[in-house]
Amino acid sequence: MRKLKADPKGVLTGAHYLDGDFAIAEGALAAGCRFFAGYPITPSTETAERFAERIPFVGGVFIQMEDEIASITALIGAAWGGQKTMTVTSGPGFSLMMENIGLAAMMETPLVIANVQRGGPSTGLPTLVGQADMLQVKFGSHGDYEIIALSPDSPQECFDLTVKAFNLAETYRVPVFIMTDECVGHMHEKVVIPPADQIEVVERKWYQGPKDKYLPYKPDKDLVPFMVKAGDGYRFHTTGLTHDERGYPMINAEVQDWCVRHLVDKINKNAHKIIEYQEEEIDNAEVVVVSFGITSRVAVKAVQEARKAGIKVGTLRLITVWPFPEARIKELAKKVKAFVVPELNLGQVRREVERCAFGSAPAIGVPHCGGWVHDPDDILKAIKEAAR
Amino acid sequence: MKAEEAVEQRNPMEDFLRMDRIPHIWCPGCGIGTVVTSFADALKKSELDLNKVAVVSGIGCTGRVAGYVKFDSFHSTHGRAIPFATGLKLANPELKVVVFSGDGDIAGIGGNHLIHAARRNMDILVICVNNFNYAMTGGQVAATTPLSANLSTAPYGNFEYPFSLPYLVETCGATYVARWTALHIRRVTRSIQEALGKKGFSFIEVITPCVTLYARRNRLGDGLNLLKYYYDKSEIQHGADTRTVGIDYQGKLIVGKFVDKEKPTFLECMNTQLQKTLGDKYVPYGVKP
Repeated sequence: MRKLKADPKGVLTGAHYLDGDFAIAEGALAAGCRFFAGYPITPSTETAERFAERIPFVGGVFIQMEDEIASITALIGAAWGGQKTMTVTSGPGFSLMMENIGLAAMMETPLVIANVQRGGPSTGLPTLVGQADMLQVKFGSHGDYEIIALSPDSPQECFDLTVKAFNLAETYRVPVFIMTDECVGHMHEKVVIPPADQIEVVERKWYQGPKDKYLPYKPDKDLVPFMVKAGDGYRFHTTGLTHDERGYPMINAEVQDWCVRHLVDKINKNAHKIIEYQEEEIDNAEVVVVSFGITSRVAVKAVQEARKAGIKVGTLRLITVWPFPEARIKELAKKVKAFVVPELNLGQVRREVERCAFGSAPAIGVPHCGGWVHDPDDILKAIKEAAR
Repeated sequence: MKAEEAVEQRNPMEDFLRMDRIPHIWCPGCGIGTVVTSFADALKKSELDLNKVAVVSGIGCTGRVAGYVKFDSFHSTHGRAIPFATGLKLANPELKVVVFSGDGDIAGIGGNHLIHAARRNMDILVICVNNFNYAMTGGQVAATTPLSANLSTAPYGNFEYPFSLPYLVETCGATYVARWTALHIRRVTRSIQEALGKKGFSFIEVITPCVTLYARRNRLGDGLNLLKYYYDKSEIQHGADTRTVGIDYQGKLIVGKFVDKEKPTFLECMNTQLQKTLGDKYVPYGVKP
């Protein structure tokens, strides 16, 4: 892994008025993404449009594929061709991508997928907000594997976290997800893009050793194997089948155990380096509101009202949703009366908070099926209940 | 052992195959290995830099090719070899990207990608081994199964019209289209060699016996019988109108080079259009300075 400064060609330095979708495209260009394959789907299409408009001036490829299955698979091919790659989608397209998200995880391929969430299931609410793909992003493809998912709460963070998503993907050779939502995606705010030399970008660990000694799946000390790109003379093989260090298929329980545990350990054992969250007034809190994305901004109003009413409320905003800040929740659970978890689904992250609290404190959900954001009063009601 | 003896003992396929993965899993009498040999021979004759050759397969019997060839090789998911190859080629345009997969993979589950890659004139070569059935899963009916052929999910005979692959891909825009049987070894080799030397979307269909399933269920004899049968039933018609090359059950097989034309590829079209619209502000991609 090499830390570099961003290539100024892709960086639109300055203060802009952008929506979250556009900010994701700018983040990708700043991070060095030069290959984008996608398929139009509301409310994520603007990211693809922005990339298609901008890439001819930077040098790279935008291709509109025939569907989302083709888009994600083209990303995997392009990543092995040496590029930083991304796509963007929403509910139905995300579901179509699932099989090949598994392939990306299995082949240990760095790539970035943004999901601008809308109401589901099925076609659901194409133009209205949802946050109900939070478990699908972790568990949607078959088998055991781990991914990284981030959740921005503003257009500025869409930019910042897209850069971070690429850096994490390159560092850990893993698919990284930007789990935003229709509100943040379509919200226009000020986005400050720093000068290129102030943006740190990470490049994957390129293998430099002898050509005939390269093993695409031999874990390095940090558990992440070295990568090469097609065309450099390594003549390597990679497969979606269970494989050994050489990338050769091995159809038996022993290699399956090694292969799958490696995919999981690579992320879980590095989780402390990956996890990021933002806390406020947490030290003496008796209630902690755990939220992410647009919901964390709606919760601000409820938290202010609760504090006016004399309740000691802290907030924990998830920036990394997966891996989940398990240790931190466990620690807080021993000190607080309860957690309150508002989200635009019927309790997906609440369930995770409850699991991590392990019976020490209840996790009170504020469920919402999406289509609109919470009424802050509903969150306030839950905080009051939690403080009782 | 003298040096010259050692040289003689070296397997001529060593430059092309991962010898540590041999023996392969294909049944005796299957034609896939023959097509792989033709591919290796074509590469040898083409004098391409083998370090710049990448092979992408999907899933199935032919899908295993990527695991045996000694190039940068990718065994992707079922039906998705073509979009994988599309990404690979566009990310690193100096690669010669070859998709090697079966009829079920390419024309069945992956049919949508096949037609769109042909439409875009994506600069890849697709070698499609057609054995008229899903063999890896035990001989089920496919999008290429001739009418009345018996398979495990068409136990009373197939009643769905099959694709005629050369007609399909020509209509969608392929710039090189050929069909042979697995016993046309030199002609398969020459077609692959020609296609490797071309830009644009090339498609070579190779009709191959599936001895274990298709032949057994339809009582068509052993692999050698069927290999010879296909060869004998074939009639070379270069430049044939692809509307006329459909395949009937155990009927005549029209083979040959049907299409060989020039047309700008996806990347060439992209560069031309963007240059035209944006002029000097456009940063060309994937073209040698």
